[in-house]
Amino acid sequence: MSMVLLRGAAEQGFIYSLVALGLYLSFRTLNIADLTVDGSFTLGAAAAATLTVLGHPILGLLAAIFAGSLAGLVTAVLQTKLKVQPILAGIITMTALYSINLRVMGNRSNLPLLREDTVFTLFSNLLPAALRGYSKLALSLIFAILTALLLIVFLRTRLGLSIRATGDNRTMVSSSSINPTYTTTVGLCLANALVSLSGGLLAQYQMFSEITLGTGMVVIGLASLIIGEVLCDMLFRSPSVARAILAAVVGAVIYRIIIAMALSASVSTSDLKLVSAVIVMIAISYPAVRDQYRFYRLRKEAQKNVDA
Amino acid sequence: MKKFLTVILVITLAFLTACGGSPSATSSPVSSSVDSLSTAPGTEKIKIGLVQMMEHPSLDEIREAIFTELTAQGFDASKVDIDYQNGQGDMNTLNSIAQKFVGDEVDMIIAIATPAAQAAAAATTDIPIIFSAVTDPVDAGLVGSLEKPDRNCTGTSDAIPTEQIFTLADELTPGIETYGFLYNQGESNSVSVINDAKATLDAKGVAYIETCVITSGEVTSAAQSLIGKVDAIFCPIDNTVAYAMPNLSQIAIEAKLPVYVAADSMVNDGGLATVGVNYTQLGVQTAQMAAKVLSGTAVADVPVEVLTQYSTVANKDTAAALGIDVSNYTK
Repeated sequence: MSMVLLRGAAEQGFIYSLVALGLYLSFRTLNIADLTVDGSFTLGAAAAATLTVLGHPILGLLAAIFAGSLAGLVTAVLQTKLKVQPILAGIITMTALYSINLRVMGNRSNLPLLREDTVFTLFSNLLPAALRGYSKLALSLIFAILTALLLIVFLRTRLGLSIRATGDNRTMVSSSSINPTYTTTVGLCLANALVSLSGGLLAQYQMFSEITLGTGMVVIGLASLIIGEVLCDMLFRSPSVARAILAAVVGAVIYRIIIAMALSASVSTSDLKLVSAVIVMIAISYPAVRDQYRFYRLRKEAQKNVDA
Repeated sequence: MKKFLTVILVITLAFLTACGGSPSATSSPVSSSVDSLSTAPGTEKIKIGLVQMMEHPSLDEIREAIFTELTAQGFDASKVDIDYQNGQGDMNTLNSIAQKFVGDEVDMIIAIATPAAQAAAAATTDIPIIFSAVTDPVDAGLVGSLEKPDRNCTGTSDAIPTEQIFTLADELTPGIETYGFLYNQGESNSVSVINDAKATLDAKGVAYIETCVITSGEVTSAAQSLIGKVDAIFCPIDNTVAYAMPNLSQIAIEAKLPVYVAADSMVNDGGLATVGVNYTQLGVQTAQMAAKVLSGTAVADVPVEVLTQYSTVANKDTAAALGIDVSNYTK
């Protein structure tokens, strides 16, 4: 496996880690399987690309964050006010976003940025020539770390704690003067803003936006999240928010590295989906297998004690 | 927490040292990467990375033609190693494939279809990229102008001769006052053909109605919505519609509407006729340009080529069902 491929995997991993963080918020914290993600990822890419073409790459990322939170707001209103089932609400928003994303890109399905200044080229110009090869890695790492830190800080605020409590026990929360509608809405907006920012960054990173960019993003995000969680589980006894968030970032990078390794080992790309499914399966089933193993050891020990 | 941070630190350090250990491959010129190939002595082969956006009959045809023509041009398996990768329609995979090629220090990247070419162009600015089946390379940002490629990219365009298709339509089924366009707005290839078609029809003063679909399943109802409003249906090179072509042609035959398409595969599946791109010829032209660049010509001196020959094809069965004479165009 070449260094360029490994570096590229790390760069993409840091960018996708924002999706994993968004899913940590909606899937783990709020306990909602939010399928808006497939659409809001492309929305971020579309918004960022459109503004980048107009010469405002940084504004493009802000627009991506704003557009993503709007998408999250729609899903949240569907869920909380109109009582649409969470999965269905996500599917509805995702479907609507397909048309909206085309509109955002000016009725084009592919928007190239090959000749535009992106945040990555701007950042690269700031660095001395010798370091330019690592500018993309550095910038995506900065984005990942900053976002992770902000999220950790946010989840420790009063509002953040309320959001976490909403996912844990809705009934308790509503009886303790926290409005679960409000916390769910804020959570979903923030989650989709993160996903959308990831899309915006990816569009500027790969220098084009495409209408199909977000397809399967939920699975990629969940896979990253779960790989990170398993890692977290192996290393700590008691998980905390900060650890889980760091784990999600590392998980996203590891997921991309596994895919890159599969590619360089000449696994056919038609088998890549199978590879990622197997990764997710191993990661998800790891706790169950571990528990069974612990139980088996415990039983064996007990047997020994009885024999003794 | 401590343990976890240590692990992250170790991973980061491993990366930095590993990255620092090898000179940035992206910035090394192509010629020196040839010298540093780690193949067995005496068998220094040219490395070509070939990336195709997805499995698709037309794109597969291009790839096969490229393989054959490269061999015919003297770049056979003894001289060239071709690493063929298929993106399976997944943009994320395309990025990784492009980075793999750059990391493997290939001497040339051949990219089939627009997103594949864009992913390659984003990954490297000095390895020559020869693209194929990019309908509008200027619009895709790959070249500044067709005559003078200003980046490391050149190749062939599969622009559709929409004007010739409408001329053929006037000949086979005269008196069309309104066309119905049926396509997926999410496919850039379709949108560019549709824009061409609109310009052509606007110039002729012929009216058109657009109906867009997102999935193949919607083609049936979209086609039914056109019945009674239009005199003919036109479909661009649209994968979504192509999958539902048998259904579409069935509905059109019942409604006595001719369906003009932009790909010959869609004629085989029941479309009435087209003046289409010959994908084998496109592949051959692409391979010839690749051979030129491999022999030392600078990319900037190899202009983008548009197809010179188009072939008119018609479906005998559909024509018979509609009572149209297409004997001039069928064998």
